[in-house]
Amino acid sequence: MDHGATTKPDPEVVNAMLPYYNEFFGNASSLHSTGQDAAKALNRSREIVADFIGAKSDEIIFTSGGTESDNLALKGIAYHKKNAGKHIITSIIEHPAILNTCKYLGETGFSITYVPVDDQGLVNPEVVAAAITDDTILISIMHANNEIGTIQPIKEISKIAHEHDVLIHTDAVQSVGKIPVNVDDLGVDMLSISGHKIHGPKGVGALYVRKGTRLQSLVQGGAHEFGKRAGTENIPGIAGLAKSVELAKERLEEDEKHLTHLRDTMIKKLLDSIPYSYLNGHPTQRLPNNVHMRFNFVEGESLLMMLNIKGVDVSTGSACSSKSLEPSHVLMALGIPPEEIHGSLRITMGRENTMNEVDYLVENLIDIVKKLRAMSPIAPKD
Amino acid sequence: MYSEKVMEHFSNPRNVGEIEDADGIGEVGNPVCGDMMTIYIKVDDGRLSDVKFKTFGCGAAIATSSMITELAKGKTIEEALEISRDDVADSLDGLPPVKMHCSNLAADGLHAAIEHYKKKQESQ
Repeated sequence: MDHGATTKPDPEVVNAMLPYYNEFFGNASSLHSTGQDAAKALNRSREIVADFIGAKSDEIIFTSGGTESDNLALKGIAYHKKNAGKHIITSIIEHPAILNTCKYLGETGFSITYVPVDDQGLVNPEVVAAAITDDTILISIMHANNEIGTIQPIKEISKIAHEHDVLIHTDAVQSVGKIPVNVDDLGVDMLSISGHKIHGPKGVGALYVRKGTRLQSLVQGGAHEFGKRAGTENIPGIAGLAKSVELAKERLEEDEKHLTHLRDTMIKKLLDSIPYSYLNGHPTQRLPNNVHMRFNFVEGESLLMMLNIKGVDVSTGSACSSKSLEPSHVLMALGIPPEEIHGSLRITMGRENTMNEVDYLVENLIDIVKKLRAMSPIAPKD
Repeated sequence: MYSEKVMEHFSNPRNVGEIEDADGIGEVGNPVCGDMMTIYIKVDDGRLSDVKFKTFGCGAAIATSSMITELAKGKTIEEALEISRDDVADSLDGLPPVKMHCSNLAADGLHAAIEHYKKKQESQ
């Protein structure tokens, strides 16, 4: 139950990729028929991805994944527009692909405003509006947060951005395929997509760039991807991404319903049966598959390991589990005390999870929390 | 990431609990950092006749505190004071570098309990 980290490629996705390894391995830029078969696949894939988000084919740039898409959006605009302005607005709960790129830009001549969030992780559009200056060239706010699942009011923020003639990008890596995503509905100028979050392959993603939005390329070389991203196209990966998008389109409505039901049942059962347990993030403006809770007096890596022994995979915002030994920056932004952040667990379900599995996790977690609290020097004596 | 020994001590920790009339209590770490251990000792004839622990912390924290109680039980005060941070990690067949601070904490907790015992003895 850690689909937020990555998802298993659907067998249909793998099957869609194999021909481009085994048979149609041509370089899409070659003029002979072997190349042209690859080019056809590239074009078809581009149409499929564009259609899914309400975009046009030539507004899709294929990349190596969400991180590269985020980098291209931020740096591509920053470098192109640096004579017009040097100020970028983003939120403090973005994924490191956005935060660290902003940090890098901040160290190389740009100024960044990181808007705060409320205690449920929501960005206030008014706060974004207040941060805009004559120097602002870009706003980047994620559509849905990868840790707590909170869905941001992108539509409102886009309106504000355009009222001030500022471009808006959204990292939709976690939202695409889980909730409806349409670039005109959201009003965004750019949007990042990742394959491996939607049962597609790792190493491939896309950046939507609205026609008329100009950005500088980061990787120079051949004229691939409309001159925006050089490199012989990863046709198998791109074909896999397109297949995963096709499947997501078919399955979205049903999956949304199914996962929301599992999510809400799990949250209710956990809150009802485990004392001193709390939900992190917004209860309803939340990804359908995301449960993020904290349990006082116990630590997240221990919770995770004990669940792992029982055959359940989840993740945690605890400092002890991160390479940096820092607690989750997202949970810190919500104002949760550090000692409580250490007791957090993220459970992100996928379409194949069942209610039986929800019950299994709940039953085991009840026991695990009891066991760890019995060992804990800070648990109240009950 | 963790050795089999660490997993064993994590899944079946030894000597969990408190000692009501402990002769020494060592409290180290703090919940804000995500690691806290309380080590309780009972001393009879200069030997640690009982050692118990309570820990709030990750897998390594639980395993190292469990291991330190096992290493310390039955030892003399002097022997227990010699148990080093590395002894704990070695007895567990090693810890990942980012987790070495847990074995440090466990050793420090034991030594803090012994210091507390010594102070109590002096004031009597």
